[in-house]
Formats: sequence, structure tokens, C-alpha cells
Amino acid sequence: MSDAAICPACVGLPEGQLEKAASNGTAQIMLSLPGIHCVACINGAERALRAMDGVANARVNLSMKRVTVGTNQPIAAEDLIDTLELAGFEARILDTSLLGAEADEYGRGLMTRLAVSGFANMNIMLLSVAVWSGAVGATMHLFHWITAMIAIPTLLYAAQPFFDSGWRSLKAGRLNMDVPISLAIILASGISLYETIYGGHHSYFDAAVTLTFFLLIGRYLDHRSRKAAASAAAQLSALEVPRVMRLRDGVRQMVDFADLAIGDLVQVLPGGRIPVDGIVTDGQSQVDRSLLTGESRLSEANTGAAVTAGEVNMTGPLTIRATTVGAETTLRKMVTMVDEAEAVRNRYTAVADKAAALYAPVVHVLAIAAFAGWMIYSGDVRLSLNIAVAVLIITCPCAMGLAVPAVSTTAAGRLFRAGLLVKDGTALERLADVDTVVFDKTGTLTLPAATRDALDPETQSIALAMTQNAHHPISQAIAAAFAEITPATVTHQQEHAGQGLSATYNGRAVRLGSGEWLGAGSGTFIQIGDAKPQKITLQSQLRQGAAELVRAWQDLGLNIHLVSGDDADETSRIAAALGIDAWQAQTKPADKVAYIDALTANGAKVLMVGDGLNDTGALAAAYASVSPATAADASRAASDIVLLNDSLEPLIELPMVAKAALARIKENFTISTIYNVIAVPIALAGFATPLIASIAMSASSITVLLNALRLKGRV
Amino acid sequence: MNILVILIPASLILGGLGLAAFLWSLRSNQYDDLEGDAWRILSEDDDAPSERD
Repeated sequence: MSDAAICPACVGLPEGQLEKAASNGTAQIMLSLPGIHCVACINGAERALRAMDGVANARVNLSMKRVTVGTNQPIAAEDLIDTLELAGFEARILDTSLLGAEADEYGRGLMTRLAVSGFANMNIMLLSVAVWSGAVGATMHLFHWITAMIAIPTLLYAAQPFFDSGWRSLKAGRLNMDVPISLAIILASGISLYETIYGGHHSYFDAAVTLTFFLLIGRYLDHRSRKAAASAAAQLSALEVPRVMRLRDGVRQMVDFADLAIGDLVQVLPGGRIPVDGIVTDGQSQVDRSLLTGESRLSEANTGAAVTAGEVNMTGPLTIRATTVGAETTLRKMVTMVDEAEAVRNRYTAVADKAAALYAPVVHVLAIAAFAGWMIYSGDVRLSLNIAVAVLIITCPCAMGLAVPAVSTTAAGRLFRAGLLVKDGTALERLADVDTVVFDKTGTLTLPAATRDALDPETQSIALAMTQNAHHPISQAIAAAFAEITPATVTHQQEHAGQGLSATYNGRAVRLGSGEWLGAGSGTFIQIGDAKPQKITLQSQLRQGAAELVRAWQDLGLNIHLVSGDDADETSRIAAALGIDAWQAQTKPADKVAYIDALTANGAKVLMVGDGLNDTGALAAAYASVSPATAADASRAASDIVLLNDSLEPLIELPMVAKAALARIKENFTISTIYNVIAVPIALAGFATPLIASIAMSASSITVLLNALRLKGRV
Repeated sequence: MNILVILIPASLILGGLGLAAFLWSLRSNQYDDLEGDAWRILSEDDDAPSERD
């Protein structure tokens, strides 16, 4: 806003106009705001963000539940999230592809084509109604000519997506739905142009344009629900360390990861990611193993400790003797595992593609049979061709093209309002078949929380004051547990990386952090002045809605399993609290995949719900998968549906909506088949006029759309 | 029926104007946030000068 403020004329102008004058900032950050729902939320969120230094502009999009923040100096997205949460709004970082924010040229092109074909369709219909109601002679010819002049350029432009896709599929030697569509459009316009020139009675331009219009609606909806093309394996590969610091004969040298050999010494500085599996030979530090275990607590890494690739070194420099290198490291194996699981998942054939594979040959055979039959019967090429075109147009899968996208768009819209983001167009079809659910524990069903009974009220309020603005997961868990009490006033707050927090309270120094830093045992402690450090017990707490979700899904007849990397005590406690009989503790990432594969081999269709990087393989291997928005990037990429809220409750209706959606899809196919069964004999017998073709096409498309809209109500 | 010579081009031009207007509104992002814009118009303090200016 600075450029606007120096201009004297701008002073006193309303904010709205100043905003236009100000730049939108040099960089843009986009955040998901799952809880936003009213005008007060819009204003509250925008005001909170604009009050921050470095924020040039903030604009909430209520329909997409997201905010675009323009910044003119670097701000971490986490700071924006903290500001929003203090103002009372849940906020999340999501990939821009999930937020639907990337420039979508193809979608915009489809919408323009849809508008053009809709415009042409209206005008052509006005003229066609006159012809159908009995205009003859010069009027009819004039109307045919005008129709041709509107329709031909429209079809050349608007039907391009079908021509392109049909041609590509023909070149690859396959038949997709676009081949009969393109053929119908081209043949119909060709025969209509011929009839127009030679003064015939039937022109199918209206049918061809209506066809294009309805199919473009289907194509546009389909495009919007297409799969977000991020690959979990690619996200994981990004965690690999390309260049490592090798120590050989006392010489430090940066080398490529691929050049490392077993037995090499590798140095990893604090904050660096460990590139290889190995044994610590020198140094003392703590490592973050959340990648492999999902456990956010740091673990000790002293001389002799084993470390794995992908862990992050937190506090001190470490020298590691490599025990595995190259393709054998844990991280690389995980990438390979996820890659394989994704390849299997991609073999799923969508219902629409199965229908197309059946449908396209039938349409072609019918049209050719009609042409051949009438040639033999009448010997009139023009008449036979007219009838073949009528068959093609009537059988053309207008309603088929709408059957799936209309339903998935309605269902995805309904789920989005509940707080679920459907990433993959075929996710709902797959979810409808699910009969077994595997939950991850930490971060999915439970969140870490501090127990408060051990501390006196004064200590609690100091602990809250110190942790409420800190970023570390443990700090956040403590702050969340003490949320209802009033924070004390503390000054001189300081964060000590890898150790804890310090501050001054009533003239006494207060330290909160790891037991080691405070000279106590393992765990998290708080020390006021010179008093004995007091332990803050951390315990996992059930996520909101977890119990309701498990009970509701068990009532639906789903088999619930709990698989955790945690120890048996903790896992059995949570399983008992939730009433889950089947559980497995101390499960490594590869074992999770094996667990799911074993269930799949027994014929189960597994839904995996998990969040950690250690769940990525399992998420990709399962038949369908859900992850919370707080999950690691790679896990979100591997899952079909992202849960935007903190509460698990929106998931309850997911299987019901998915089943209802699949039922509507099947109904829609039945409806369009019934229309065809009635209309095709009429066309084959040669009674199909352009009027009948148009009515059959519009009626079936509209029925299918209305049927899809029923999903908005109760399921 | 000679009136058609005027009426048909007139209807096409009017329809074309509508199409152009729609495409313009589409390109200037007016359909990005239908719900939010409907609410914003009811909000009073949207145009209040911010404290930083």
C-alpha cells in the first residue's frame, strides 16, 4: 500500500480504491480456510491478514474457501496461519493444484466453447422451430442457409476438443467415446450442407450443435473433477539429498550422492537431512524421525546410534558411517514402494471408460447396418446416408457424456461444503466399493496433547504464555491443552532451537524445553527460577470426532483396523477406547503396505486413512485413501480425498455419499440406454426427423442432469 | 416476410452482444467467487480506511 500512500490525492480515498492502486504484492501465498462461511469471516480474515507487516493485499474467495495473500516482503506461510488462527480461523497450506488456483487455460477454453455453442444453439433452434412447424419453399431454404452459416463456424470451433481427442485415439488404434461423437458431428454437418445446397427437407445442423453443447457441458464438468496430477513418489524423491559432504582421509569434499560407497564417512550439519542409512561415529545430536515413524518427538543420536536416510539432524553436527548407499537406502526403497503402489492404483478403469469401450463399437455397427440395410432395400444413397446419420446422432452418447461428470461434480460439491476435498474423479466410484478401513493412529485418530493435572495453575498459565506463539508441535500441543486458562504475562521470550523456550516471569527466568537442556530426565520440562524442573506429561488424545466416526462406520458394516508405528501399549489403549478389535503396533512403512496387500489379497477393498510420510506407501497401495490437510505433502498427493477440517466428523457421511453417487451414475446410464432403446428403432426404420433427434437428445440429457442433482439432498 | 431480412440479423447481433458480454465477464474473473461477492455487497465496513493508512 506504500505507493498509494505517498500520493496526496489518495489519502482519504476508501480502502477499496487504494487497494486497486496498490500492487498485489510481489509474491502470492494461497491458503485453504475450511471454516469460513459468512461475511463476518471474510472481513475478519482479510483484516487480520492486512494488519500484518509485509502483506500487501488479502482476498478471500468464499466459494473456494481460500484466501490469496499478496506479500511485498518474504513472509512464511506459517506466520500467516498463526495470525489467522489467533483471529479464530482454521487455515492450511495446500498445493495450489488442490486449491484450483493454477491458470487453467484448458478449462477456460472449454467454457468459451460452451458459451459459443450455447449461443449458436439458441439461434439455430429459433430458426428450426419455424421449419419444424411447417415453413416450406423459399422460407425453409433461407432458414437452412442461415442455420448453415451459424452452425459450420460454431462446430469448427466448439467441437475441436472432440475432434482432437477422437483423432488421437484413432492414431493410437483405439476407439473412445469421441470417435462416434466426431463422426456424428462431421457426417451430420456434411449431409446437412449437401441437403441445404440441393434444397432437401432435412437439415441436422440443429442436432449437431445441440449435441456439441450438451457434450461440452459434460466435458467441462469432467475437466473440473480431473485428477490433480501430483505424484507422491515425486514428492518423496524431493527429500533426497543430491550432494553430500564426504570425509575421506581427513579431507572434506562435496560429492554426488551416487558417488558414495559403503563405509564412507558423511558429515551432516544441524538442519540437514541425513542422506544415507548408517551408524553415527562422531557427534551428539537429536534427530527428527517423523518421516519413518510418524513420531514427532526427537530421538537421541549419539556415537554408535543407527540413523536412516530421510531423517533430519536437529541439534549438532554428526559424522555417519554409511551402511547402505544408492538404491538400498530406506528413503529410496520407500520411493520405489510408493511408485509401484501408484502404478497399480492407476490401472483402475473408470465406469465411464468401461461404458465407452462397450458403447462405441455398438454405435458404429448400428450406423453401418442402417446404411447397408437401406442401400439394399431402396438403393438410394442419399436416403440411406440420411438414415445412417440419424442413427449416429440419436445413439450419440450425449447423456452418457453427462452421466458421470454431472454426478461427480454434485457429489464433490456436497462433500466440499462438509470439508472434504475430492482430488480424483474416480475416487467416489472406488469409495463406494470399500468394505474395510485401515486407520493410522498418530496424527490421524490422535493428536498429541499435554495432561494438566500434574502442574499447579500458576505454572500452567506460564506454560501457556510461553508456548502459545511457538511453532514446535510439542509447544502447540501444550498450548492446546491449556487453552481455556488465562496466560500469564511473560517478557523476554526467546526460542532456543532444539532445546526449548526461555522467558522472564515476575523477574524470574523461566525455561521450558527438553529434559536434557534443563538437566532433568527425558521428556518435556518447565523450570521456574531455580526451582526443580517439573515434568509436562504428553499423551496422545483422540482427535475430535474420532469415536463417532469409528462407531458410525462400524454401524455401516465396515471392518475397521488400526495400524500404528507406535508401541503396543499405546496402540491397544487407543484401539480399546475406540472399540477397534483388529490392531497392529510397531508397524514399519513397508509392513503397512504389506498389511493392506494382505487384506486386498483376501478380497477386501481397503480404504486407508493416514497422514504421515510413513503412510504414503499404504495410502497409494489402498483401493481408496483419505488424508487430513495437516498430512505431509507426499501423503496428500497419494490420497484421493483431503480432509480440510480438524474434526473427523465430515468423514462419517463419505461412504454413504459415495454409494449414492455410484447408484446415480448407474441410474444415469440406465436412463440414457432406455432413451436409446426407444429412439434407435425409430431411426433405423427411417422415421427420425431432425425434430425427433433433438427432442430425444435434449430430454435424455436433462433427465440425467436432474437425476444427478438429487444428490444434493438426503442420501 | 421481407421483415426477416432485418429481424434475423438484428436477433443475431443482439445475441452476439450477449455472448460478448458473457465472455468479457468470464475473462475478467467475475465468476470466481459468486458466493463471496454476494455477501460482500451487504458488508458495511469493507470500504473503511484501514488503520495503517
